Amino acid sequence: MKRFIGFVRKEFYHIFRDKRSLFILFGMPIAQILLFGFAITNEINNVDIAILDLSKDATTKEIIHKIAASNHFSIVDIIEQESSIESIFKKGKVKAVLQFENNFGSNLIKEKQATVQVLTDATDPNMASTISNYITAILQNYQKEVNENVTFNYQIIPQSRMVYNAELKSVYMFVPGVMTVILMLVSAMMTSISITREKEQGTMEILLVSPLKPFQVIVGKVFPYIFLSIINALVIVLLSIFVFNVPVKGSLFLLGFESVLFIITSLALGILISTISATQQTAMMISLMGLMLPTILLSGFIFPIGSMPLPLQVISNIIPAKWFIIIVKGIMLKGIGLGFVLKETLILLLMALVFMGLSVKKYKIRLE
Amino acid sequence: MNNNKVIEVSGLTKMFGDFTAVNAISFEVEKGEIFGFLGANGAGKTTAMKMLIGISAPTSGQAKVAGFDVYKETESIKKNIGYMSQKFALYDDLTVKENITFFGGIYGLSKKRIAEKRDELIEELGLQEVANSLVASLPLGWKQKLSFSVSLIHDPKIVFLDEPTGGVDPITRRQFWEMIYKAAHNGTTIFVTTHYMDEAEYCDRVSIMVEGKIEALDTPKKLKEQFKVASMNDVFLKLARNIE
Repeated sequence: MKRFIGFVRKEFYHIFRDKRSLFILFGMPIAQILLFGFAITNEINNVDIAILDLSKDATTKEIIHKIAASNHFSIVDIIEQESSIESIFKKGKVKAVLQFENNFGSNLIKEKQATVQVLTDATDPNMASTISNYITAILQNYQKEVNENVTFNYQIIPQSRMVYNAELKSVYMFVPGVMTVILMLVSAMMTSISITREKEQGTMEILLVSPLKPFQVIVGKVFPYIFLSIINALVIVLLSIFVFNVPVKGSLFLLGFESVLFIITSLALGILISTISATQQTAMMISLMGLMLPTILLSGFIFPIGSMPLPLQVISNIIPAKWFIIIVKGIMLKGIGLGFVLKETLILLLMALVFMGLSVKKYKIRLE
Repeated sequence: MNNNKVIEVSGLTKMFGDFTAVNAISFEVEKGEIFGFLGANGAGKTTAMKMLIGISAPTSGQAKVAGFDVYKETESIKKNIGYMSQKFALYDDLTVKENITFFGGIYGLSKKRIAEKRDELIEELGLQEVANSLVASLPLGWKQKLSFSVSLIHDPKIVFLDEPTGGVDPITRRQFWEMIYKAAHNGTTIFVTTHYMDEAEYCDRVSIMVEGKIEALDTPKKLKEQFKVASMNDVFLKLARNIE
């Protein structure tokens, strides 16, 4: 035990004397959560649009007024002919153009039908479809207002309610994701680097010739990272509660337990990486390419797994982050208990055991 | 078994696939002896040493180090030996004191003993001024001496030195060998690999490995007589040529 404490103390010296480690450990989580929370958002606000009104009657004016009044759009240009549409898109500022047909108002009255064309700059496809949805919604709203006194024979009124995230805040989705990425980064990358550093320096050899057993060396090396990862998870949860008002509806204890499980899975991965890489650089590359990219891209953090091609969906199953994100979302946003995430928890547990088994097998007790 | 024999090796062999890195070597080392383990790069001396310090399992043959079997009792061997690699591996981002404390700790020394040892070492090496500086800031020669002293911190019976003087200037090398003599005088057996032939002259006995086999083993004086040459360097060259 005394040896262990001495070992862990040495590990903390390494961490606290290395500015890069410190930054990754404490700067990154805060920076990432603030970035994702404030800067990166899927909502649209004050998108610049232009209007091409060929009709210029009372109805079109009213609709334009409605659009201008929403804080989603700001009308920055009124154009007069169709030929200007192309050039205005090319300038890049305007993301959408609304084109009202000739005699819009009178068509509406006479023929019960009029057309407004919504052209969006689809170089950013997500943005384009969001804009088009928002505009459609505004138009439908207007229609409903106008037809208030008219009764149809029948009518389907979809009433949607956004459950668990009523305001559709992006930060609800980013908090679990960022937490996953950070824990993966700290646990897997930092440990694999710190173990390979001992190999590179030649100190691993000295440790293996000492009476310390190999597993004591490994446990001593990963222990500080377990501790720091837990602190990181706490900081992220506190930030999300107090800065972004993201609730933790479920049990904090369960969240903590699941986080520790995920941390252990990632640590096992980190150890596995350190057994197959000889230098710190290799360890870092493998961690970044082999772990971070899939964690960000294939875990459902940013891109929904359901809309991926089948092969990618299959691959996503072997990514621990996928299961952890499901668990965190469930606990934080839906307030579910262990019963509902039992499957995911067991999968993580199984992964942790497999990775640990593999690294023990790979770990060369006797250096060759 | 003679109690004065601290290393006993017979027929020790290590194969990597089809390649025989160490081919049935046999020798004995006595207590307090400075035993030089010579050979060109790739002759198998590092592999042989790794088997003796318990981090590489032999393919066949027998060996006892400090009275313990290299197959079954590696844990006991590790407690009784010191090891210094050619990288003088200390932690660069720890201070001199912290390094000593750490290595004392992993060998299970008591707090009190560590503190005693620490002060003793720092004074002996004249490192008072830099005791609280990071090891990274020390010159190579100082790191080497510190590394050697650290390998002796638990008063091991045998200390294994793997090319301990690589990259150090001749004066520092000379000083380093004085430290080795002192340790040997205090009863520690020294097992040292080197490819500096002048260093071989300082050893009590040397063995010369060529292509996995020990081709010569005796005192430097007798070896020179046997090969009828003036220096160990010539002994080595003659041996290497004979093989070719």
